[in-house]
Amino acid sequence: MATMVTSTKKVTNKGIGSGGNFPGPNGKKPGGNGFHGGGDGDRKRKFSPASYRITMWMVLAAIVMMFGALSAAYAYLILSAEHQTPVRMPRMFFVSTGLILVSSVTFQQAKRSLQQDRARAYLRWLLATLGLGIGFLASQLVGWRELARAGVYFSGHPRSTFFYLATALHGAHLLGGIGLVLYLVIRRLRPLWQLHAEKNTAWTRVVGLYWHAMDGIWIWLFVLLLIFK
Amino acid sequence: MSAETHEGVHRHPAPTSFIRKYIFSIDHKVIGIQYIMLALAAVVVGMTMSLLMRLNLSWPGTSWPILETLFPTGAPGGVMTPEFYLSLVTMHGTIMVFFVLTTAPQGGFGNYFLPIQIGAEDMAFPVLNMLSFWVTLVGFIVILLAIFVEGNASLGQAFSALGPSFAGGSGTVGPIGGWTGYAPLSALGKIAGPGQGAGMNLWVISIAIFCVGSLLGALNFITTLLNMRTKGMTLMRMPLTCWAWFTTAVLALLSFPVLLGGGILLLLDRIAGTSFFIPSGLYVSGLLSGSNPNFPLHTGGSPILWQHLFWFFGHPEVYIAILPGMGATSHILATFARKPVFGYRAMVFAIFAIGLLGFFVWGHHMFISGMSPYSAIAFSVLTLSIGVPSAVKTFNWLGTLWGSRIRFTTAMLFALGFVSLFVAGGITGLILGQSSLDLAMHDTYIVTAHFHLVMGVASIFGMFAALYFWFPKMFGRMMNEGLGRIHFWITFIGVYTIFVPMHIMGIVGMPRRYSSFGEYEFLKTLHPLVLLVSVAAVITILAQVIFYFNVFWSIFKGKKASDNPWEATTLEWTTSTPPPHDNFAGVLPTVYHGPYEFAVPGAPNDFIMQTDAGAEVPDGHGHNGNKH
Repeated sequence: MATMVTSTKKVTNKGIGSGGNFPGPNGKKPGGNGFHGGGDGDRKRKFSPASYRITMWMVLAAIVMMFGALSAAYAYLILSAEHQTPVRMPRMFFVSTGLILVSSVTFQQAKRSLQQDRARAYLRWLLATLGLGIGFLASQLVGWRELARAGVYFSGHPRSTFFYLATALHGAHLLGGIGLVLYLVIRRLRPLWQLHAEKNTAWTRVVGLYWHAMDGIWIWLFVLLLIFK
Repeated sequence: MSAETHEGVHRHPAPTSFIRKYIFSIDHKVIGIQYIMLALAAVVVGMTMSLLMRLNLSWPGTSWPILETLFPTGAPGGVMTPEFYLSLVTMHGTIMVFFVLTTAPQGGFGNYFLPIQIGAEDMAFPVLNMLSFWVTLVGFIVILLAIFVEGNASLGQAFSALGPSFAGGSGTVGPIGGWTGYAPLSALGKIAGPGQGAGMNLWVISIAIFCVGSLLGALNFITTLLNMRTKGMTLMRMPLTCWAWFTTAVLALLSFPVLLGGGILLLLDRIAGTSFFIPSGLYVSGLLSGSNPNFPLHTGGSPILWQHLFWFFGHPEVYIAILPGMGATSHILATFARKPVFGYRAMVFAIFAIGLLGFFVWGHHMFISGMSPYSAIAFSVLTLSIGVPSAVKTFNWLGTLWGSRIRFTTAMLFALGFVSLFVAGGITGLILGQSSLDLAMHDTYIVTAHFHLVMGVASIFGMFAALYFWFPKMFGRMMNEGLGRIHFWITFIGVYTIFVPMHIMGIVGMPRRYSSFGEYEFLKTLHPLVLLVSVAAVITILAQVIFYFNVFWSIFKGKKASDNPWEATTLEWTTSTPPPHDNFAGVLPTVYHGPYEFAVPGAPNDFIMQTDAGAEVPDGHGHNGNKH
């Protein structure tokens, strides 16, 4: 674009015009300075679900790395310990596992309701997920009491500590998930909720990714603690 | 085309108040400059510490009255104690690695130029971007607190309100465990020695905060690069700087969580009575674990586990420091050699290969930890294989220079200096990477020399090159080239005079981290070399005053810069100087060419801008003219 041509086409904010050739901010670059007008700028201005999706995958990659490192540390310590006194898995943790598995199903139902435009069902399934999530956290706390009664304390051999640490760190992340689901509920309760369909879908999708990932990480930790005890 | 039709393009309106514009800004350009300023402040602290270390090594027992004023308990009578020296080593390393080498190349230049170079008007999540800077700054403040809490008894007393383990004033300027914070001494608290109480607590907390800040930044970099490239900006048309920043962000995303996890475990060992890194039956400072209320019973931990967690992060970390420098060097060499980067695709794959291999070599920091010789061989072979992509990069840099008419600007001099230092420092990597040789060389000055040249000074040269190169775009004024040249030559000769003798010291057997060598007969003959290094260090540090003067003088009084003073081709040079709030004044550019179209046969100029729609580029020119 060596020459400066003034566009004759009207470019609207809708971003449909292909635009014309026009100079850059200073219009005096050696070698030309070809800006392509019109829709390009507007294209980027639109809400981008991909940004949210990519970011959530990256967040999950980071979280998986942290839990992976802790799991490796746990396995390392257990395998290199000389004498073992196994810790019995609290019964309540089996209940936790059930609760979180069901919560993934309810969230999936919420997502499907949103796709089918059933707003009330969407809200109902979200609230169910929320309840199950809180139930999960409560069952974890009960599990801790069970551990303490069995003489397994936070400070002590790393094997006992890990039962608390793994559940606490996972619980903290799940608490974040509960916050995200709560955000979906608040969005849903806004008066003009339906107007932001694209955003609603995008948010529901990324929260779903997070929720299922927390489910998966719990199963992973549960199996780890069950095998290496 | 009137401007008002494009006003809707603004993602967020330009701020008007001073605080929103310069302090709590969500503009990636302002945040980038904030990161650079943070690094410029942190490097003064880190460099002052290296100066003090050199003074102590060359003239041990001398009284420096200013030290007594600053740290009455740390340096009584102005004389540095061995513990004071060890804490200098720790804090120098920590501040330099985290708050200089990680912040400036990635958070600083990456933040400023990645969105512009890919044709975006800002990062994907501007508020998150702002948060990542402020979290990092809090981390820096906490590490500074560690200095003064330990070095100043009255401040240390004040901090004991946070808990007994935060009472400082033990006569150091921070923990004494090195930047690696090796367990078990780092996990025990006060009984492990001076500085290991409050100083170490604040050290761990600072690093954990820094991890969070870096993670937030990495998310933004990756999402922005993957999702916000402008029309025509295919992956293979991105400048190599963008590839480097992207790979660095991926490394940060995958390695910082591991350090964060390790840091949490370490902090729990220190304040919650757990035993992740503390083995059974430990005997420290005349006390057996469990025999004393100050040293409760610990069982079942492993100090080596900390080394694994730390170095799994630590090795990618050195690439986090060096990769942006490699990107900037490639970019600047091509611009001033007026030639396309030789082997663009190979450069991209080499960056990726270095990043990937970086995750599988952490064991080479632990050859003397008692690991199985079989593991050591595996780590050795993987380590040496990093030589292949590194050699590809070096060869391609030389290939870029081959037969060119070089424009010797200051930025170019520093980029050439980067290549020189990377090769000189990398060569010893081939020696230290072999477990059999490392057994002898470990913990001697040759290791210090190796990593300072290859990831310390080389990265700093990359940053210098980047700053001299991009300064006109960032501040609208040129830096003084004459002062720049003086700065370059003193620094270049200076760093070689500092670090080449250290190789000799290391081979003779001089150990790292010792505060003095007076008691070792076989090292006495090396004292003239020690003096030479210290004198060179003082001169090199003084030369940085020229640099600082040049930066701050040029911001206000430098020669006005045009929009494209270096006749470069990438997108940042198509917009005005300095760029407007949304980078491209409302209209995002469209890209037609690869990033390094210099010396195109038959073209009217010797370069073609990436946005130049009219220009024809022969197929295969510069290996990156792919058109989609």
